[in-house]
Amino acid sequence: MTELTVGEVVAERTTHLTRDSLVRYAGASGDFNPIHYRDDIARSVGLPGVLAHGMLTMGIAVQPVIDWLGDRGWVSDYQVRFTRPVLVPAEGVATVTVVAKVGAVEEGAARIDLTVTFDDATVLGKAQVRVAFA
Amino acid sequence: MPVNPDLVGRAFPPVAPYLVGREKVREFARAVFATSPLNHDPAAALAAGYADVVAPPTFPVVVQEATLAQLLAEPDAGIDFSRVVHGDQRFSYSRPVVAGDELTATLVVTSVKTLGGNAMVTAESTMVDPGGAHVVTAISTLVVRADD
Repeated sequence: MTELTVGEVVAERTTHLTRDSLVRYAGASGDFNPIHYRDDIARSVGLPGVLAHGMLTMGIAVQPVIDWLGDRGWVSDYQVRFTRPVLVPAEGVATVTVVAKVGAVEEGAARIDLTVTFDDATVLGKAQVRVAFA
Repeated sequence: MPVNPDLVGRAFPPVAPYLVGREKVREFARAVFATSPLNHDPAAALAAGYADVVAPPTFPVVVQEATLAQLLAEPDAGIDFSRVVHGDQRFSYSRPVVAGDELTATLVVTSVKTLGGNAMVTAESTMVDPGGAHVVTAISTLVVRADD
């Protein structure tokens, strides 16, 4: 993996989230907070509408890195800051875009920095994946 | 009631061991749009040197949840759940989680900070295997919004 260059884009992906995606994630994760599936409750706490679980956004954002990595290594550290919500309409989709770039290269490891965008704004801050090569 | 600054350093009792099931890993993988064969196909995982399907990096949140519930239920914590927003999340691994793992999680509060009336509580849930070896630590910072 010595050919990795800082700043190089290693993966990109666009994911379309629907309300179905949120219900599926609620069941899989056990996070049944109704702000992730009921507009009336989301609005009652001051939100513009139903939003994706932050952990769902974090979960999908790392996937292009997983596919790029394949069986050459594993994720040893993954961190994000939740900076903006991803609003998911009752009809239609919320489009989340991920660009994964090499942030740092070390002996047998690399830091991949993610830029995660929804509605022309970044939704995750300091989104960093550390990969260890097998 | 404001968040109790004396929470810093408080350790909670370990929660009941969590057995990572193959179908739970697959269900979670589908929910986060994971398509890697390592997350779904035991034969592919075995060929890559894993005992069974590999859990996606954010899977330990499922195990962490019970530990955060302990913190939120602590009578003197002063954390009003209706005012809690997820600020930061991190997973630091010693090795990947695979189906068949049994993880025991223990939560420690590592930081309580106040900023502009909001409180930021950082808690680390350390997960070990039955032999006590570290597998992964899930670290969450919860932002508790100030009273209106």
